[in-house]
Amino acid sequence: MQELKNRIKQLMEENVAQRALGWKKGEFGYDAQAAFFESTDELDDFVYNGFCGANLSKYMIEACKKEGRTIICLKPCDTYSFNQLLKEHRIQREKAYIIGVGCKGTLDISKIKANGIEGIVDIEGADMFSSENLLKIKTVYGDHELAYSDALLERCNCCKGKEHMIFDEIIGESADTVSADRFEQIEKIEQLTSIEKFEFFRNELSKCIRCNACRNACPACNCRKCVFDSDKFDSAQKANSDSFEEKMFHIIRAFHVAGRCTDCGECSRVCPQNIPLHLFNRKFIKDINMLYGDFSAGSNCEENCPLTSYSFDDAEPGKI
Amino acid sequence: MQRIGVFVCHCGSNIAATVDVKRVALAMLSENGVVFADDYQYMCSESGQLKIAQAVKEHNLTGLVICSCSPRMHEATFRKAAEKAGINPYMVEIANIREQCSWIHKDIEQATQKAIILARAAVAKVNLNSPLIAGKSPVKKRALVIGGGIAGIQTALDIADAGFEVDIVEKTPSIGGKMSQLDKTFPTLDCSACILTPKMVDCAAHEKITIFTYSEVENVSGFVGNFTVDIKKKARYVDSAKCTGCGLCQEKCPSKKALSEFNCGLSNRSAIYTPFAQAVPNVPVIDPLQCIKLKTGKCGLCEKVCAANAIDYTQKDEIITREYGAIVVATGFDVINLDNYDEYAYSQSKDVITSLELERIMNAAGPTKGHLERMSDGKAPKNIVFVQCVGSRCADNKGKSYCSKICCMYTAKHAMLIRDKYPDVNVSVFYIDVRTPGKNFDEFYRRAVEEYGVNYIKGQVGKVTPEPDGSLTVHGVDLIDGRQVKISADMVVLAAAIEPNASVRQLATQLTASIDTNNFLTEAHPKLRPVESPTAGVFLSGVCQGPKDIPETVSQAGAAAAKVIGLLAKNELTTNPCTAHSDELLCNGCSACANVCPYGAISYQDKEVNDHGIRETRRIAMVNTALCQGCGACTVTCPSGAMDLNGFSNKQIIAEVDAICR
Repeated sequence: MQELKNRIKQLMEENVAQRALGWKKGEFGYDAQAAFFESTDELDDFVYNGFCGANLSKYMIEACKKEGRTIICLKPCDTYSFNQLLKEHRIQREKAYIIGVGCKGTLDISKIKANGIEGIVDIEGADMFSSENLLKIKTVYGDHELAYSDALLERCNCCKGKEHMIFDEIIGESADTVSADRFEQIEKIEQLTSIEKFEFFRNELSKCIRCNACRNACPACNCRKCVFDSDKFDSAQKANSDSFEEKMFHIIRAFHVAGRCTDCGECSRVCPQNIPLHLFNRKFIKDINMLYGDFSAGSNCEENCPLTSYSFDDAEPGKI
Repeated sequence: MQRIGVFVCHCGSNIAATVDVKRVALAMLSENGVVFADDYQYMCSESGQLKIAQAVKEHNLTGLVICSCSPRMHEATFRKAAEKAGINPYMVEIANIREQCSWIHKDIEQATQKAIILARAAVAKVNLNSPLIAGKSPVKKRALVIGGGIAGIQTALDIADAGFEVDIVEKTPSIGGKMSQLDKTFPTLDCSACILTPKMVDCAAHEKITIFTYSEVENVSGFVGNFTVDIKKKARYVDSAKCTGCGLCQEKCPSKKALSEFNCGLSNRSAIYTPFAQAVPNVPVIDPLQCIKLKTGKCGLCEKVCAANAIDYTQKDEIITREYGAIVVATGFDVINLDNYDEYAYSQSKDVITSLELERIMNAAGPTKGHLERMSDGKAPKNIVFVQCVGSRCADNKGKSYCSKICCMYTAKHAMLIRDKYPDVNVSVFYIDVRTPGKNFDEFYRRAVEEYGVNYIKGQVGKVTPEPDGSLTVHGVDLIDGRQVKISADMVVLAAAIEPNASVRQLATQLTASIDTNNFLTEAHPKLRPVESPTAGVFLSGVCQGPKDIPETVSQAGAAAAKVIGLLAKNELTTNPCTAHSDELLCNGCSACANVCPYGAISYQDKEVNDHGIRETRRIAMVNTALCQGCGACTVTCPSGAMDLNGFSNKQIIAEVDAICR
């Protein structure tokens, strides 16, 4: 981490970029947040560890409105979102200096807490660049140990890959974390009857409190004004007036990001109610792959999304 | 607040027999905005329209809902009626209670309920309608004809004779098409070339016609009256301006192994070639895959012998851009590939041929100089079997479901010509039905049977087996006698199905013209607008629209020309005001709409906007309303709802859905 911090400092001092977009440490050891660092002094609070799950790509939209260039730290999976934003003309390449940061998987604090570990004061061993696979957790009730690999976010267990799709330089190495099939759960849900499916999603979505965290964190949800906030449409509301609306919000959101979602998993990571929102998006990804051949949104800036392009080989409706 | 009048049409008994029209009218009176509702026997009639005008005046109406047939039938009628009565024509909505209701339901109660719901949706939409003003666009007074067969030639001649410029784009080195490959034509047996070549020459000589042979349409943009087309002129390696057409180059060319396309691969041609003697233009092309000079750099014989100095090995493909007011598709047909029909041994024996190949064999300029010979050993055949419907009228996916229409007649022609010239040859024809519904067609067929003794067998052929002695055993069934038949033949002729030229799929995409499941171009209306494509400004001529013979093709070519002339005679066209526009405060500039726009109507501009006090430069989608056809693809793709369509706004459509679900 120190190497990364030093390099950012150097780039800012050499005036390659005017600010940096990274993570700063939070109140506890496990609540790092996305942050702009406008001067080298502010870099004291910079961190990069397993708790830096936040995908910074979307912040680049704001960074592009600022003077000069911004250093942005991107984990391999974050680069897909960055590319997708580039493709949609929401950010400008020349406004960013991309440091591709190595990643050995990001951590899920709720998974740690699920082991009965409460009153956490500090967590050691979350460093991204160490090969140690042990988390040492200090709590007010005593010390605990947990394997790093056992505390990974679900998305890291079915990681898309350790390659950065776009970068100016790479710091640190990435480790393989794949231990599950990305579409396993989707296949299970597909086996359900329509009534069971409806029940499953109704149950999950009934937890929604419409805090909009999923939408606000989602790099694909980057509309200047969301249809759910715009008074131009009848869909604008803060809270749901009935159980239909909470479902409508998530279903419409899934349709809006279909073909553009990179499966970064931020929606599920930030959901305070632990709704597995990524399942909607993954179902779309699976269907797109099946109908149009493998497609990974954001793997490059040139390839057209099958949903907004046409070719003679396209699947014919009704002939699936 | 709108003041809406609802008019429910009986359409004689078409609607009134299944829908309680009085109840529909009554139900509408309680809808928001409706101040008047009535029913009438024929709303589209003079008196029906008068009723509308009176109601507008008496009740001071601002919007109209007509519950009647499909808007494709009478939307224009009612819009005109509204305009006459002093209402903006776009304040009219049609609730289709005929095609989408009365015609498809039997239960009066249910049909009436549905009619009420459909009318309610239309009322909900009119409540949100706003007046729209149609614009004007100029007409480029030149037509493009794609395809230089008899269909394209006739269309071009007719348009040019009316005084308009026409360009013909033909893929092959000469115009003439399939008709130039035919020997004789039914039912008069006149020589195909004798009646076609004068027309080809007329085309070349016509001051209003420009022919681009060996050329293809590369790109089409624009809209009715204002198309811009890129045409790729493939490198000919021969300077058309210098070439005298003496033919010496073809004679001297040492590369003579290429299969002649014109003779269906039954003879060879040189690397530098004109497809046939009467080719227009009479300028050869060099086949770059066959030319020794172009492949290896050596040879160059044609250049040496050319007295006119016309050979130019450095020629490159050239793209030219031309503007047109109308486009006629006349891309014609091909014979289907017979790979799926190996039971007829087409790939196994040279003596199993298609009818088009027989056409070349019978022709004096063909591979056998017009002598009827077997392609395997050059011997004269004694027994010939014709097999009808090879790949036509297929119930399975193996072939085409449609009837190719021309095969019954050309087979009768072939059988008759053979029996006439070679009376000792036995001719049998296996058929499913003999279809002869044309002028003098049945008389022609009966002559083949009665005067020429052609043996017609009702039944299909199951298998053709090549025998070691070179003969072919045809295993078939005679349905009338109810028995299996086995005929030993020297030659088998397959009436292979015809299908639209393969290029039509891509062309249809370029033109945004629709095609059916068999790749035939679709008409704007199968009965009432048979030579127009649903895409404005695109017209259809010949087999690209459906199987047809020469007389039919020529009539259709003339009809397409008449439509084109009608369009080009106008100085300006009324444009559709139902176009898309983007809300600059909502637009993300993400390009999703431009990606899905089939008309290339959307571009982007960096524009300074004032978003509630925040001034910034944003990438904003701009719609070229001249290009926009109002399809609405952009509005459903736009995630932020910035794109909206005049006359079909997101709000209007949601209001309709809400009214239906209420």
